[in-house]
Amino acid sequence: MPRANVTFQDIGVTVTVPAGTRLIEVSEKVGAGITYGCREGECCTCLTRIVSGHEHLAAPSVLESQVLKDNLAPRRHRLACQAQILGGNIVVQPA
Amino acid sequence: MSAAADLDRAVSVAPGVHWIGAFDPDLRNFDIILRTANGTSYNAYAVRGSHGVAIIDTVKLNFSETFFRRLESVADYDEITTIVLNHLEPDHSGALPELLRRAPGASLLVSPQARLMLQGLFDPSALEGRVVFVGSGDSADLGDRQLEFFNTPYLHWPDTQCTWLAAAGVLFSADFLGCHFCDTRLFNDAVGDFRFSFDYYYRHIMRPFRAYVRTALDLIESLPLQIIAPGHGPILRQDPRDYVCRYRALSAPGLHGAGPKTLLVFYISAYGATRRMAEAVAAGAESAASGGEVRVSLYDLEGGHAQPFVDLIEEADALVFGSPTINGDAVKPVWDLLSSLTMVDVKGKIGAAFGSYGWSGEAVPMIEDRLRRLKLRVPLSGVKARLTPTVDDFTACHDLGHQVALHLLGRASPRAIDMASLD
Repeated sequence: MPRANVTFQDIGVTVTVPAGTRLIEVSEKVGAGITYGCREGECCTCLTRIVSGHEHLAAPSVLESQVLKDNLAPRRHRLACQAQILGGNIVVQPA
Repeated sequence: MSAAADLDRAVSVAPGVHWIGAFDPDLRNFDIILRTANGTSYNAYAVRGSHGVAIIDTVKLNFSETFFRRLESVADYDEITTIVLNHLEPDHSGALPELLRRAPGASLLVSPQARLMLQGLFDPSALEGRVVFVGSGDSADLGDRQLEFFNTPYLHWPDTQCTWLAAAGVLFSADFLGCHFCDTRLFNDAVGDFRFSFDYYYRHIMRPFRAYVRTALDLIESLPLQIIAPGHGPILRQDPRDYVCRYRALSAPGLHGAGPKTLLVFYISAYGATRRMAEAVAAGAESAASGGEVRVSLYDLEGGHAQPFVDLIEEADALVFGSPTINGDAVKPVWDLLSSLTMVDVKGKIGAAFGSYGWSGEAVPMIEDRLRRLKLRVPLSGVKARLTPTVDDFTACHDLGHQVALHLLGRASPRAIDMASLD
């Protein structure tokens, strides 16, 4: 199975994960500072800055795109509860 | 105590601006979390321009009748072109469906963050084709005057915004700069002493969002404010800037705001084991910051009340909690403090836990879960010691404090781990 490396910059931890993992699944386990509310892609609590490796995340769904727009999210920001890791190296930081 | 507002008529606030809200003098508890010693008001406003009337906010549903009577005293429904909801909480939006029905030519202007709230609060068919999302830089044209919008989220819901009527110098601020204080004399230079209510409201409603308060203040401070027209409490027409300054002071960091990082160790101990663990955690933290970059403090929860500790925590950077496990749980003074932290912003602070236990040790993971739910970072596993801590346990506590301090200083060693090892 393809693997990816996700670095949570705020706590200095890099985790090797299987492709297909969502950021939420791993960030909570390592105690990173990304915080969650609804966990369903609606509340925008888990807005996360993708410092690098944005292209290694699956494209946002229509719902996620709408929520990012509604909440005036800057570029290179994603909802950690929705963003699915495809591979490569990704560095993230709580927004 | 009498005033024009005793009658169900609109009250003039400024040229072309009327208050059309409602008084609720019997309310004694608001949103469960606030007491209201003399009730509150639900403030709504009508703004007349040469090409239409705007209604800014409505009232709680069961006060709709009064609201509509006041509205009808200054405008006809077919004159209403614009309805602005600066905040969708039901005490401000209760009369919206009926207002939309009575004023079919009006558009509803809300912030983009209000989209999901509209869906959750109202029948979508009543809103179809009526909603316009507005943000900072947008305006609504009333002919000879415009309403301008400032996106000011989290004051105290994601949807909150302020509306500025430059032509009259009036800022419609929703809950921001408001308070629960019911007085039919309506204006701050006429009502009773509401300073307590103003501060109390800030502390219970705005304080958890103080970073957003400061951002909003940055947006509005430069405006030539003549009147602040909030969603609750007196209309601030005398020295409105004083209230802005008061918010600036209330939302400012405390003493030493720019000083060293602050690490607080809270503990409670039945036989002294958790206390000695706490001392080891504090010593470990000190050892990581011999240059004084981290101020480490140790507090016995048994010796203090929750509220002053909450004040401390608001300003702190890292929080470490120690609790014994009794009957499979952390002890009540710990929960009392942890349940009080919704009053302040703790998001992103570093958290950790430790404690001694007899046979199962649930307290530490329960505290860690609570800290995560409070949106703290919990990057380190807590330390549990069975009954009397061993030398190894004290070493683990020392290391926990040391590592927490290193995280605070951004000096924690990078770690690489496999997700499979986390289960």
